[in-house]
Amino acid sequence: MDEKIRRRERLDRGIKVRTEGIYAISSWRGIAYTSLPTAAFVLGLLIIPLAVTSMTWQKIIIIACVFAFLALSFDFLAHFVGIVCLGGAFFTGVGGYISGVLNSAFGVPLVITIPIATIGGAVICTLFLLPCLPMRGIYFAIVSLMYPLLFARVIQALDIFGGTDGLPGLATFPNTWVELYLILPMILILTFGLRRLVNEDFGIVLRAIKDNDQAVRASNINITWYKMKAVFLGSAIGCFAGAYLAHLYGWVGISLFALDFSIFPIAATVVGGVGTLVGPVIGAIILTMFSEMLREFGPLRVVFYSLILAGLVILNTGGLVPYLQRKYYQFEHWIEI
Amino acid sequence: MNIFIFGLVNSVILALMASGFALVYGVSRLANFAHGALYILAGFATWLFLNRLGINYIGSIFLSIIIVSIIGGAIYRFLLIRVKGMPASEIIASLAIGIAIMELFRWRGFISEAYMLPPFVAGSVSIAGVVIDWQRLIIIGVGLAMMLSLWLFTHHTKVGLSLRAIAQDKHASMMSGIEPDRTAVIALAMGSALAGVAAVVILPLGNITVETGYMVLIDAIAVCIIGGLGSWAGVLAGAFLLGFSRILTAAFIGPHWQMVVVLLFIILTLILKPSGLLGRQKELEERV
Repeated sequence: MDEKIRRRERLDRGIKVRTEGIYAISSWRGIAYTSLPTAAFVLGLLIIPLAVTSMTWQKIIIIACVFAFLALSFDFLAHFVGIVCLGGAFFTGVGGYISGVLNSAFGVPLVITIPIATIGGAVICTLFLLPCLPMRGIYFAIVSLMYPLLFARVIQALDIFGGTDGLPGLATFPNTWVELYLILPMILILTFGLRRLVNEDFGIVLRAIKDNDQAVRASNINITWYKMKAVFLGSAIGCFAGAYLAHLYGWVGISLFALDFSIFPIAATVVGGVGTLVGPVIGAIILTMFSEMLREFGPLRVVFYSLILAGLVILNTGGLVPYLQRKYYQFEHWIEI
Repeated sequence: MNIFIFGLVNSVILALMASGFALVYGVSRLANFAHGALYILAGFATWLFLNRLGINYIGSIFLSIIIVSIIGGAIYRFLLIRVKGMPASEIIASLAIGIAIMELFRWRGFISEAYMLPPFVAGSVSIAGVVIDWQRLIIIGVGLAMMLSLWLFTHHTKVGLSLRAIAQDKHASMMSGIEPDRTAVIALAMGSALAGVAAVVILPLGNITVETGYMVLIDAIAVCIIGGLGSWAGVLAGAFLLGFSRILTAAFIGPHWQMVVVLLFIILTLILKPSGLLGRQKELEERV
């Protein structure tokens, strides 16, 4: 009976409790404590490109940001609406091709093609995904996984939009700084905008749909209509990433429908922390850098991040951001029981 | 006649590809996205046994089917069992495992023309004026034999009956002493074995490529959605519908349009009859 069981207890830090609500502005220390994580994230993102000097790493940051967009879209759909979308590549492909076709066939400048591709692509994606929205279960995941593979095959087989060669010679951005400081503020706006959105009335309905769709239906709310709006938002984010990517490389091809764009953002979300919206961005940056370090392994990189993804999902780790949050807001100590 | 025979072959091929996926989903409500990976794993394993280890053809076929089925069971027993009941995690985890397997083959350089299995019986035969090679006839034979033996297995053996029991009513069968986890392992092992059988009979028709894995996954899922997830007759109906319509499209409109037809069928099914052609039992559950 003398055996003592030790257990780790977590308690909120005093300063966290003190700075909740209006009391946050009672002291400079409190203000600093509450605003530090946000400030670190915002400044970190804006300063990274200045801190790295080489062109290669700036390009890597841009790619990380593109993946961050897709990861944000996945996280929003999966953890706030309950729609598991395995088709990030569908969004990038549709967005990229719309802006590519507009630019190469009609000579529309880049400042117009990207917004058109974002909105138009989102409309197209939503229409294609609409049939599986009233369904629960695995239909959405299956269908969204199939679309990019099928679309790539269709483009290849019918030889439309340049077929296998793609459409080269699109307009590109004037220089790297424009590329960087177009996408970085967008990421910040999206992250905080989405976080705001999921706490608004609209977001509350979405989260309710995730938790209990029958209850939402019983409240006389049209679930499909709400899901459709959420998918529109998610696919608009993805389509923007695709259109941006098309103009970044000055080329669109069926590689925009590649599985990388579906699986990598999911891995990034799981690494960064699911359902946090900040996590996917941080996860995308970490994972892109990791993947860059493994460049010499070539195709094996896909194996690496699939394994990371499978491992993290199976072990059900919370991800990086929840871990950091725990450390920041709480302290732990061992107690005997 | 030409269309009829090749449509039949195509339908049986689709039914073979989809049966493993349908079995696993029907029994344990688990969408096994590693299905395509297990399919090409069987193909490459047979090739390796045949050409690297020098085992004879029949031996390497049986060995690779057994190995694939063990791997399938192990994937559930050691990995997927931990995310049981969380559909999103199940899908992501199995897809990630599948991609890892497939891309591992790509990395090892299994992408050249050299990877093909020899047909079981070379040559061709003429039936009612249509020249058809023996391998396609063997596929039809294996497909029929497989359907028959699966029917016998699920209706007349204890293990088969327990699989059906779990599929029909999980709680009632748990009360009669059937363990859902063990049946799920059996279902996944059998599903993988079915994928393996499909692979070794179908792959001699062409090269073994990594892309085949993705295409098989898509075809299997398309058949299951059209026919109704978790319904046996639905798999057959879906396979025949898709198989014949693909052959008809290839004959009358052009081979490029085959994929468009698949897409169209899926969208139409989801709009008109979301539970699939013959899937009745879960209509209420899946439609919000």
